[in-house]
Order: sequence, then C-alpha cells, then structure tokens
Amino acid sequence: MASDKVLQLNDAEFDSAIGSDQPTLVDFWAPWCGPCKAIGPVVEELAEEYEGKLSIAKMNVDDNPVTPGKFGIRAIPTLILFRGGEVVDQITGAVGKTQLVDLINKAL
Amino acid sequence: MEKSHFELVILGAGPAGLSAGLYASRARIDHVLIEKGAPGGQVLTTDWVDNYPGFPDGISGFDLIDNMTAHAKKFDVNILTKEVASVELSDPDSKRIVFGDGSSLTCDALIICTGASPNKIGVPGEAELAGKGVSYCGTCDAPFYRDMHVAVIGGGDTAVEEADYLTRFASKVTIIHRRDELRAVKVLQEIAFANKKIDYVWNSQVTSIEGDKEVERLQLVDNDGSTSTLEVQGVFVLIGITPNNAILPLEELKADQWGFIPTDAETLTSVSGVFAAGDIRSKLMRQIVNACGEGANSVIAAEHYLKSRSEN
Repeated sequence: MASDKVLQLNDAEFDSAIGSDQPTLVDFWAPWCGPCKAIGPVVEELAEEYEGKLSIAKMNVDDNPVTPGKFGIRAIPTLILFRGGEVVDQITGAVGKTQLVDLINKAL
Repeated sequence: MEKSHFELVILGAGPAGLSAGLYASRARIDHVLIEKGAPGGQVLTTDWVDNYPGFPDGISGFDLIDNMTAHAKKFDVNILTKEVASVELSDPDSKRIVFGDGSSLTCDALIICTGASPNKIGVPGEAELAGKGVSYCGTCDAPFYRDMHVAVIGGGDTAVEEADYLTRFASKVTIIHRRDELRAVKVLQEIAFANKKIDYVWNSQVTSIEGDKEVERLQLVDNDGSTSTLEVQGVFVLIGITPNNAILPLEELKADQWGFIPTDAETLTSVSGVFAAGDIRSKLMRQIVNACGEGANSVIAAEHYLKSRSEN
C-alpha cells in the first residue's frame, strides 16, 4: 500500500529533489532491512500528514549506491532531513513517530 | 467515531503479540493489537530462523513474520498502527493506553508484548559514530562493509550468528568477548569456529570507539588490564537486549532489576488483568518459540479474567 505521496528517488535526480525550498525528508532503506520495513508505515503516514509543507522521499540504497556513499550512510534505516540542499539533521534506526516529528520540526 | 474501549488490548506485534491476536480473535474477544510500525519486532532483524519447529529447512525472519501477520489477518485480528506514549494502570477497572498524539483508549484486560531492543555498550564514541560504523543489526548493515574488517562485540547467539552472516560481505570479522569462551548455543559455535574469516579477541572489552567521520579503531582492555588498539571499519554491538519498557509503569508492574516484567506461570503480572508475554517477560530464555506460546497462554488467562469480571 505504497502511498503516492512518497517520492521514490534515484541517484540521478537526487540533487534536484533536495534542492527545493520546501524541506525534504529522505528515508534511505533497502528491501532486506527489517527495521526499514517496520518504519515504512510511519513514513507513509507522515507523507500524508505533512503534504504541502514537507516532501517525503525514499531511496533504495541497493539500487542507488552513489548518494548513500556521499552522505556516509553505513546503517539503515537512516532518515536525513534536507532544506535548500543542506543537511539539517539525521536519525538512524527504527525510531517512533514522535522522534520523526521532532526531527521534521527542525526544518519547519 | 473511533472505538475508545476494548475488552482486551495487546501491545506490540512481534511473535508474542501476533500469537495473542490470533488466539484473541479466534476466541471472539473484543480486541485491538497496537504496533507503532509494521509487525515483526526483533525477528525482522534475524536473517535466518533455524529453531522454530515446523520449518526443517529454516525460514527467513522476514518470511516468518509475513506468515504470522498473514495468519493473524486471515482470522481478522484488529491491528492498529499507532505509537503508544504511556500506559496508565492506576484505575483497575479501566486500564488506559495513551498515544503519542494525545488521544487514548481504555481496556479491561491488557497483554504487554512490547519486546526488547539491542543493548548499547555505553562507551565514548558509540553515540557519535552510530550509523557511521557503529551498528546494532548485522543483517541490515552488512552489505555496507564489503571487503572490510569489522568487529563484533558479544559472545551470545545473536553475536555469533551475525558474525557468521557478516563474513558474506566483510573480509574479516573479529569477535571481541569479555570471557574466554562463547555463550552461544553449540551448533552456532561450531559454525563460527569453522569459518576461516572469523577470529577472536578473548577476555577483552571495548573502552572506546574512535574515528574522525567514521569508525577507524577500537580501544580494548583485557581482563589483566593491558590495553590495545584494533583497527576496524565497523563495529557491531550485539551484547544482549534491553526491555522496551519506557511506556510502562514499572513500579506498579514490579519490574525486575533489568526492567523486565515478572509474571506467574499463567503470564499474569502483579497488576490484576494485566499480562505479559514474549521478551518483555522476566524469564530464562527468549526465543520465538516461547514468545508464541506465552502469547497464546496470556489470551486464555485474560479470557478467564474477563469472565470472572462479568460474573461479579
């Protein structure tokens, strides 16, 4: 039940996607990763709730090796919050919704 | 309007909670199973399960949880995806579950299946380098360590199993253990000792994790007090688990010294109508097989409680 509110990013379009003035939260994940799966429904829910204020995107690190390397990602899920192309903050692990909302609020 | 009271609430959808949900639904108990994300718990970070009866060739943790979830859904288990902020048990007639968004619901009986999470080691550098070479999940992060040297801290089942899994990617895995022998079940020890990519630092503990932007080395001290340095590009901390009890009233539940919840043989806690099943329970062994059994047991115990209430 993938939400159509969640952007699916790849290496080629990454820079333009995070460059906008509207903040973007990117969920770096992989199909083999259990905690990524656990956090999935929460990310989808946030995409619905923050529509128009924040973009929510996912990047499959299996298919896109360049971007995760650039940001030194060595554990997943890692969620990075961007604004105007810059990293505002990031969080690793299957955290709860409250922690993600606290993260998002740093850019709103 | 959303329903705000249930006869039975089950907290957490790992093997214990999913089993409880299945038994509750088939018993036609008015119930809800609450989970903050997708069902699964720690099984989702288990690559391969070889000790769950009925699967002689083993089954992946993912598939086992998919099967358990599908099984629960087939029997109409009512699953609610919502993060719980706290559990209030002060009113015995109305146990209250408060959610992160401030809303709440009440229940007559409660089964706690919140499980456990990997322990942290608590040394300098661990928090700073988390996600940058410090990991708590081999099956999640192993592919980031292709042809690298990594360390595994711990000597139990999870540590030894994940060390073996890591050798599929890493060039070398060093197990650092504070004792002079592994605690893991013998069959896992045999696999690890036969694996040429695994070596061992016995009788030693990590005192700090160091690196500029990523993990570069570990400082170690052995049981005699001598120190040494181990150059690694990653470190997997697999030293047991800590109970997921932050939302629970630990005093009322008389939590043990580690924060697990004691129960009687029928999974009843110190609070009437409140039961605990799975890894959150004080017990000797934490495996999928007994989590499921306790989940089922707790529903029957809760059903007795609900019946005795309605008769009074």
